[in-house]
Amino acid sequence: MATFKDFRNNVKPNWCPGCGDFSVQAAIQRAAANADLTPENMAVVSGIGCSGRISGYIKSYGFHGIHGRSLPIAQGVKMANRELTVIASGGDGDGFAIGMGHTIHAIRRNIDVTYIVMDNQIYGLTKGQTSPRSDMGFKTKSTPGGSIESALNVMEMALSAGGTFIAQSFSTDLKELTSLIEQGIAHKGFSLINVFSPCVTFNKVNTYDWFKENLTKLSDIEDYDPSDRGAAMNVLMKHNGLVTGLIYRNTSQPPYEELVEGFRDEGLAHQSLTLGKEQFDKLTAEFM
Amino acid sequence: MITHLSWKVGGQQGEGIESTGEIFSSALNRLGYYLYGYRHFSSRIKGGHTNNKIRVSTNPLNAISDDLDILVAFDQETIDVNAPELISGGVILADSKCKPSKPEHSDAHLFSIPFTEIANSLGTSLMKNMVAIGASSALLGLKPENFEGVVKQIFGRKGDAVVQKNMDAVREGAAYFEKEAAGTGISFKLAPVEPEKRMFMIGNDAIALGALAGGARFMPAYPITPASEIMEYLIKKLPDYGGTVIQTEDEIAACTMAIGANYAGVRSLTASAGPGLSLMMESIGLSGITETPLVIVDTQRGGPSTGLPTKQEQSDLMAMIYGSHGEIPKIVMAPSTVEEAFYDTIEAFNLAEEYQCPVIVLSDLALSLGKQTVEPLDYDRIEIRRGKFDPGRELPELEKNEYFKRYADPGDGISERVIPGMKNAIHHVTGVEHNEQGKPSESPENRRYQMNKRMKKLKTVHETFPEPVYADTRHEKADLLIIGFNSTRGTIQEAIPRLEKDGLKVNHAHVRLMHPFPAEEVRKLMAQADKVAVVENNATGQLARLIRMETGAGNLETVLKYDGNPFLPGELHHACKELF
Ligand SMILES: Cc1ncc(C[n+]2csc(CCOP(=O)(O)OP(=O)(O)O)c2C)c(N)n1
Ligand code: SF4
Ligand SMILES: [Mg+2]
Repeated sequence: MATFKDFRNNVKPNWCPGCGDFSVQAAIQRAAANADLTPENMAVVSGIGCSGRISGYIKSYGFHGIHGRSLPIAQGVKMANRELTVIASGGDGDGFAIGMGHTIHAIRRNIDVTYIVMDNQIYGLTKGQTSPRSDMGFKTKSTPGGSIESALNVMEMALSAGGTFIAQSFSTDLKELTSLIEQGIAHKGFSLINVFSPCVTFNKVNTYDWFKENLTKLSDIEDYDPSDRGAAMNVLMKHNGLVTGLIYRNTSQPPYEELVEGFRDEGLAHQSLTLGKEQFDKLTAEFM
Repeated sequence: MITHLSWKVGGQQGEGIESTGEIFSSALNRLGYYLYGYRHFSSRIKGGHTNNKIRVSTNPLNAISDDLDILVAFDQETIDVNAPELISGGVILADSKCKPSKPEHSDAHLFSIPFTEIANSLGTSLMKNMVAIGASSALLGLKPENFEGVVKQIFGRKGDAVVQKNMDAVREGAAYFEKEAAGTGISFKLAPVEPEKRMFMIGNDAIALGALAGGARFMPAYPITPASEIMEYLIKKLPDYGGTVIQTEDEIAACTMAIGANYAGVRSLTASAGPGLSLMMESIGLSGITETPLVIVDTQRGGPSTGLPTKQEQSDLMAMIYGSHGEIPKIVMAPSTVEEAFYDTIEAFNLAEEYQCPVIVLSDLALSLGKQTVEPLDYDRIEIRRGKFDPGRELPELEKNEYFKRYADPGDGISERVIPGMKNAIHHVTGVEHNEQGKPSESPENRRYQMNKRMKKLKTVHETFPEPVYADTRHEKADLLIIGFNSTRGTIQEAIPRLEKDGLKVNHAHVRLMHPFPAEEVRKLMAQADKVAVVENNATGQLARLIRMETGAGNLETVLKYDGNPFLPGELHHACKELF
């Protein structure tokens, strides 16, 4: 039985003290242990940003790619070896600005990857510019007069895009977050977990206290049914997206890998590279 | 009897022009003739003039011809556009329906044949192309039966009746022509050849088949002319080998997904043209710094931006060699025939794994879409080499908190490669400069160590690369050396005998390894000639610049064409002669 210590590599994160990302890292390590994964059968792929460093702080295979592209890399890894547990991760700018095209299509495509976004409503690494998740009026270095674009409601978007596992959490709620990541890993298909992970250095509005005041836990809503897509949309609209918990899960849609013709259970990486002579002759004869 | 001729069919796009050429040439290929087909098309799907020019010969061919012997026209526009290409005494076979007329001053023989009417009388106007094929075959002295095999292959699925109807159309077309031509003495009777089983394929077929034979099992890609055939072939074939194609949301996704799959141990490629390659540039750098194998096919077309999307150009060369910010090891190879495209693509996967770097297989539209006869491909030449990678290797246990030294330099700069899932091989991979374990490091010593390690990896490529420069050095001392790359090979080969007839001694070099550049070989070849002419389909002479930069050579002449069409042998002949 693995413990979360097996997923520690003793690299000291260079995050600011108090950054929400520390808890996200801990939650991933705990969820991996709870799911009884082994470090060598897990790959964490991340984008660029403060949050993107996370793949270097977890003992498992880790791939820190380029800004906004954690999802295509992660999907490539999963298609190459479906025996691996693949986690993609990054910031709100990474996933909802530069990488938005990939996010929407990863949701639609439904390859079995667990995507964890550390959402701080700001660009941390580049020292405090607005993000697609920043609220209207939010003042940053790039929006000195306050943002004049509306914030993207990602959970509603994910629901519209056909997401099969959509959840949201708050980095201080380690228990809920760990459980959601575990469920995301167990979910067959793409899972999106957006985590409010405050940036204590550059976001002085969406602080820990602010979230405590404004978030509603779905577990506190009586009879909330995460298999009801309409109810999910309603609750998101009612609370302006500020809810935590499992918002929606659809277990009837098979993951992409199961729909690919001829796709085998054994990872593609372990299959033969060679063509038999007979197969080759058949292929070439088609051009004669 | 003649040994070679050029035949062209033209009409409106969407009228079956392509399939007419396809059926005609496939049948001739089976009879044992050598063929070269080149399509002229626009980016519209319906409407707009399109034509398919096919060259037939009793000997191997690698280029289109200057002129035209036979023109099959389904509309007057085809005649107006293409008649000037016809040789004196050439033949036009035109559909009576368009009330065809010859352009002024043309001495071609015009036969007005009721293609559509005959087809209609047999049941459907769709068969007008079969009537035209029948008429063409009679002109070439072939028998309608010669087309039966191909017709069966194409229409067999639709049942015997459809096959018979199509054969009737061929027969009636032939009979009509014979009746019309009787007594005129007009004939292009082809010298007979021994039937031979040879392949007939476009460059993209060869690239796709090469990828399959080379062990590629995953292809993420985004459609684009003239690369799409590669993904379309592989989506049909890969499922038989456990693999698949994913049509991604864009080329950035395609390239990074291929990187992810290669990182996880699967040979994976993507293919695109200039616009897609421009989007992939940042990811190519990621492959370089993370030392992740990657194969990308770039089928060049007219640039920049959307440029001339369905036309020939060779203007991506510099971008492919130097593109992506920063400095990485990268291999750029350029096959110059369909056959080479097959073997080179296999080799691309070997090099990508051996050197753990991006490999770009450069093609161009004329090579990717030009269809030619190919001698049977040799199964025994297929070889898979994975370099310093053994997925089954048992590794010694790592010290606590230590990672596998994925980026240690054993001397040649090439580290042992391991993949996720392997025990005791955990390491970090990052596009940030990193230490031996893959952990980020900014120290100047480490930076120098890792840069040196990466940059020296390609030192041995020259030794192992199969024929970095194809060279025809028939003369110890030549008046002229012509240098080209990609699809111009056959055209140059055809221009050379004409130049020699004019009294010039001409050698030919075709560069197949563009980067790292085979400077020594090229320098030697240049020393053997008084003049050097670099032939390329671009406006700035990119290969010439590259040669100057890599060899220090000063006086190179350039022969450039950038109007969207490939060189014709005659054009090259004249341009090279003018240099003297
Ligand atoms: C192509 C590209 N453009 C810009 C950057 C600079 N950049 C790095 S991280 C980042 C945004 C970071 O914000 P976010 O994704 O929210 O991550 P955070 O730092 O907040 O965790 C930007 C703009 C880059 N690395 N690559
Ligand atoms: S800048 Fe913000 S996001 Fe980045 S490490 Fe510091 S607190 Fe975290
Ligand atoms: Mg952020």
